[in-house]
Formats: sequence, structure tokens, C-alpha cells
Amino acid sequence: MSDPTPRYQELRIPSLARVEGETALHLRIHDGTVTEARLEIYEPPRFFEAFLRGRAHTEPPDLTSRICGICPVAYQMSACRAIEDACGVVVDGQLAALRRLLYCGEWIESQTLHIHMLHAPDFLGEDDVIGLSRSHPEHVRRGLRLKQTGNAVVELLGGRAIHPVNVRIGGFHRAPTRAELRHLEERLRTALDDAWDTVRWVAGFEFPDAACEADLLALAETGTYAIESGIPTVLPCDATLPPYSFPLRDFTEHVAEEQVSHSTALHSRLDSRRHLTGSLARWAVSGHLLSPLALQAAREAGLGDPPSRAGAGRGEVCRNPYRSILVRAVEVLYAVEEALRIIAEYERPARPCVEVPARAGTGHGATEAPRGLLYHRYAFDDGGRVTDARIVPPTAQNQGAIEEDLRRLVQAGLDRGEGSEAELTRLCERAVRNHDPCISCSAHFLELDIERTH
Amino acid sequence: MSTPTPPQPPARPRLGVFKFASCDGCQLTLLDCEDELLGIAAELEIAHFLEASSEAAPGPYDLVLVEGSVSTPEHVERIRRIRADARHLVTIGACATAGGVQALRNYADVEGYLATVYARPDYIETLATSTPVSAHVPVDFELRGCPIDRGQLVEVITAFLAGRKPAIPNHSVCFACKRRGNVCVTVAHGTPCLGPVTHAGCGALCPTYGRGCYGCFGPAGTTNLPALVPLMQRDGMSEEDIGRFLHTFNVTAFTAVEEQGQPGVTDVEGPG
Ligand code: SF4
Ligand code: SF4
Repeated sequence: MSDPTPRYQELRIPSLARVEGETALHLRIHDGTVTEARLEIYEPPRFFEAFLRGRAHTEPPDLTSRICGICPVAYQMSACRAIEDACGVVVDGQLAALRRLLYCGEWIESQTLHIHMLHAPDFLGEDDVIGLSRSHPEHVRRGLRLKQTGNAVVELLGGRAIHPVNVRIGGFHRAPTRAELRHLEERLRTALDDAWDTVRWVAGFEFPDAACEADLLALAETGTYAIESGIPTVLPCDATLPPYSFPLRDFTEHVAEEQVSHSTALHSRLDSRRHLTGSLARWAVSGHLLSPLALQAAREAGLGDPPSRAGAGRGEVCRNPYRSILVRAVEVLYAVEEALRIIAEYERPARPCVEVPARAGTGHGATEAPRGLLYHRYAFDDGGRVTDARIVPPTAQNQGAIEEDLRRLVQAGLDRGEGSEAELTRLCERAVRNHDPCISCSAHFLELDIERTH
Repeated sequence: MSTPTPPQPPARPRLGVFKFASCDGCQLTLLDCEDELLGIAAELEIAHFLEASSEAAPGPYDLVLVEGSVSTPEHVERIRRIRADARHLVTIGACATAGGVQALRNYADVEGYLATVYARPDYIETLATSTPVSAHVPVDFELRGCPIDRGQLVEVITAFLAGRKPAIPNHSVCFACKRRGNVCVTVAHGTPCLGPVTHAGCGALCPTYGRGCYGCFGPAGTTNLPALVPLMQRDGMSEEDIGRFLHTFNVTAFTAVEEQGQPGVTDVEGPG
């Protein structure tokens, strides 16, 4: 480049597009070295944990669903699990299956939304899905069809796709009949083909080299790909450290959120290290539990075979955030298959829910939101009123890893000579969207302009 | 692209979508209009819609949809600028129309809230209230719901394109419930239900699924809230329960009904 790069440079991208919620990015570059990359989340403070205090034990599922319009089911499911845990109730059998089905619906629509509307435009040089619908109409039509099928599953079970009304602690207000569920089968069979085609489509994208250096954290279940339950399991970035799990009740001891004055957001740390949750982590921790069909799709897509047991044995861990779109596409295929399986085995339960009598105590719940692990904890008094609530969403956990990712990518870009603002902006926006951050979920992010600290 | 520029089509009205304090759900409803989305994009130029596009063109906009409530000092400034750039401004959802679930803070001690959520509350900038857009600037139409209904959103956009007032009925959820042929959950099962006082729009979803309405569309145009209270008490709700029931997703709107017998939000007829 002929222009000498200024010794000191600051870049602000005032608003990132095609992410949920609002966020800005602040980069400091000194002498060609990136000294800081910071996501400034300016989603205004929202006080859900405070609003929950004094509410009845039946209320958190509806209330917390309003934290995020993109993954309301995840909030409802984590809340239900935490409350049921506190009340000593286990929901199993067909009611548990229905919950997994509902969650599959959200996975299908949310992952498809991200793949087609938010992420794919980056790989194909378009600004948005509208541009994409001109250059790749059949792929957009397929994406809309898939998303609609995901919505149809959530709508049938939940009443509507955003903030479903039919979920309650103990199960549902009304359980669908077999015949009602059968209506979905035909659409889901079409969706199976659409999901395969989506995997093939995204497999053809060009993936820049990158590797996210962070521990991977996801829930693990026995015998099945974890979605609506599981034990937190870690695959450390340092290959010399073995994978490990810990009980959910110890979650906040392992994943600690700190508010620090030089940072713009609450930062989470997993055992004092950076960590990442979401598709890449799920693939690493439970990939071997995917269905044969999903595994075949993953292999065709170039993901290889997942590790046979978190990190142990042979198999490939994917650390390239650009390739998260491949794992998402495979997960959509899996969710469609799971939905079909659950419907085929469905028997309408005698009652739509089990009783969850209030009692004093503390309960923990975690599920795999499309974007990663979502943890809830509630404490109740004798009357079943919430005395304390704690919510740790995936984006809060991923922020440190995303920032580190940005720092390395921008550094690599600068080393290649891509120093213009436009180039760096594009690079960063892509890097952030790789992680599908859900800023709306940041129930308690804060804004802090570092300039004020000088 | 290198293709020669085709003859310019007539300018399409420009759409801007803006977000304040919210969950993104109401904006997402626009992306959930899968069948209509490409049609809408053909009729309107999507000039500003950050959730969907990196293209963020400056105003003026012919139609602006606002999601979310006004809850920071910066919001107060921003909504004024957006209004100045908007020919027609429509609020979408309970947050933008009534302050939404965030308005729970209006009746609480925000300093205490900050201390509950943040270790260092002094780093946070927020207002003590979460207010509807109409508290700050004139609004042409308010679309209710948490979230809004897809069909009603399409109607609002269609009406805008046709230059007429949206045909959004002002009656209560009970009408829709009857039309759907539901058994009344209050009459049949003694389940408390806000359907009689809640604005229609959802198609009576909750009673259809066997639960009582919890008021996510806010108060209907004419409501008789005092007449409903004894019914809820009969069904076992304490005064405190009723208070929480009414004070969740449309706190300020139901409070206005309690205090003045009028919904805190009204449909404003647009210029068409
Ligand atoms: S009104 Fe409800 S759905 Fe809409 S943005 Fe607000 S919280 Fe979300
Ligand atoms: S019945 Fe009431 S609470 Fe349920 S979706 Fe409709 S307006 Fe909302």
C-alpha cells in the first residue's frame, strides 16, 4: 500500500447490521497492532432479573420469553426447568417429547433465519436477503419455506411463533392430538429435503481460514444430542487438558460474570478462561450423538467426523467460526428428523401438564438455545414468590471469545494490507455475524464509552 | 454489477424500521411474513432495517415502523430525529405503544433495580421510566400486541400503500373467542381471563389453548375493567394477584384504564 498507515488508529462501527439487537464495535490500532477490539452493546439496560422478584413461580416462563423475540422458546424452556428443579418435579414421557418437539421448531426457524437472512449474504456479497432473493431466488425461497415449517411447529404447539402462549411449568396448557401433529408431517418431509439442500448449498461457500481460541461449552445428554436438557461439559482449548463436566447447580461458580470498568459489558469467564457456546461447541461436545443422516450430511459438508466423546478419541473439532454455518445447517437437518421421529412416536398424554406445587428453594435450568447455552436460576420463598433470579444468556458468555476473534481477524487483515475503514468494517461485521450473537438476550449488558475513563 | 441500468421504475415509498428498548420480536414479525415478504419488498424500498440489512440509508422515509420503548436519554433525542424524518410513523408492539414489559420499572425504584442487576450501577445510563413513543412525538397509528400479529402488520402496510386507515378492530378478545367457537374458560372452568378487557388481534389464542388471556394486546377500546374484578376474585385471585395480572406486558395502559376508565393508548387516525 502506498499510503502510510497512521501510527495510531481508532475505528468505530456505529451499528452492526443483521444481528439481533443493537451493538457497536470499537477497535484500537497502534502501530499496525490491534490493541483492543470491543463490542459495545448499547442495548439499553433491561431489568428482567429485578422484574421477576415478587412474581409467582408460574410467571417466569411468560415473562422471560420477552427477553428475546428470536428465541422465546429457549427462555421458556430454561425457566420451566429451573422452576421445576426448585419444586422437585420432573417432566418426562410424552410431555418431555413435546417440549423437545417445540424446541426443534425453534431451532429450525431460528437457525434457518440466521443461515439465509443474516449469514449467507456475507458469503455471496449481498447486503441482505432481498439482494439475495434477486441473485439466488431458489435458495431464498427454500429458506423461507424451511423457516415457515419451523414456525408451523412452534405455532401448533405454542399458539404463535413469537412468545408462544401454550407453555407452562409442568408442561403445556393443552396437548395436541395425534391428528393435529400428523398435519405437520408432510411439511416436515419436504423440510428434510430442503434441509439437505441447504447443507449442500452452504458447503459450497468459500471459508476464510480462522480459528477461535476458546474453550467450548455445551450441554451433554446421555444417548442424545442435547437440546432441552443436559450437563454442562467443557472441551478446553488447550489440547493437553481433558474434557470435563460439572453439575448445573455449580454453573455460576464456573461461569462467572464480572462487570469491569474498562469494558463495556458483563464479561463471563469459564474457570478463568475465554469460552464459546453455540453450534461449534455443541458439535464438539455431542456431535457423535447426531443421527446417521445428519452425520452423513456433516461429512459431505466437509466437517468430517465429530470427536467420538468430547475431545477424546479421533474426530474433528471445528474451530473456524465462518464454518459455523455448516454446523447450523446440519443441526437444522437433525431438528427436522427429530421432529418427525417425535411425531411418529406421539401418544397424547392423559393430562397436558403435571402439577408443580410451589415450595421454598432454589432451582437451576439450562437448555441449548440456537445460539448457545442459556442458564436460569430462581430462588423462591415459602409462598412460591421469586426472591432472586439469575439469567446467563449465550451472548454474554460468547462476548470475550468474539472480541478475541475480532482482534485476531483484524490483525490478520492488517498484515495482509487491508487497512481501509471499509475493508475492516466488512471484516468485523462478518466476524461478529459468524457467531449469531443475540444482543437482545443481553438482559443486562451495559453501555460504557471508554473515552470517559480517560 | 455490470449490467446496463434499466429504465428507472417509479420511486417506491421508502420504509424505515427502528428499534428502541425491546426484544426484537415485533421486527421479527416482519421477517416472519414469509409469504408476503418479497411482495412487500417489491412495493416498498427497504431503506433502513438493521435487523435485516446492512444497507442503512438516511431519511426521509415515507413509512417508519418503531419497535421498543423510550428508556434512555439518547432514545428521547433519537425518536425526535426519526419523527422529523418520517412522513408516517407507526408504532409496533406493546413496548412502543404502551412502554411494554419494561414499564414495570415505572412503578419501582430504578436505583434499586440497577443495584440488583449490576455490581456497579454508576456505569449505567438509563431513564427511570420506559415510555411509549407517543409520550414523546406524534404517532400516526399504534399497532398493539406483544408481539404484534402478522396479519395485522400486513394490513397496516397495505393500508399505508393504499392511503387508507388500517382496518384494525377495536373490540375485545371475547369477540374473536366467540367467533372461533371456543368454550369460555371463565364460564366453563373458572379460569381467570382478561379477554373481556383486552384488545383483539391475536385471534383469541390463549382461550383456544385452554388458558386465560393475560392481556398481551393491552386494553380494548371500550372496557369495563371494574366489572371484571369481582369475577377474577370469584375465581380465587387475591387483589395482589389481580394487580400482577394486569401489570405485566401493558402495565401503563391497564393502569390508565384503572385510573381513568380509558386505555392509555388510542388509535390516531393517520393522514392516509
Ligand atoms: S412488544 Fe413484546 S414482542 Fe414486541 S418488542 Fe416489545 S417485548 Fe418484544
Ligand atoms: S388471548 Fe390475550 S394474552 Fe393470549 S395472545 Fe391473545 S391478547 Fe395475548
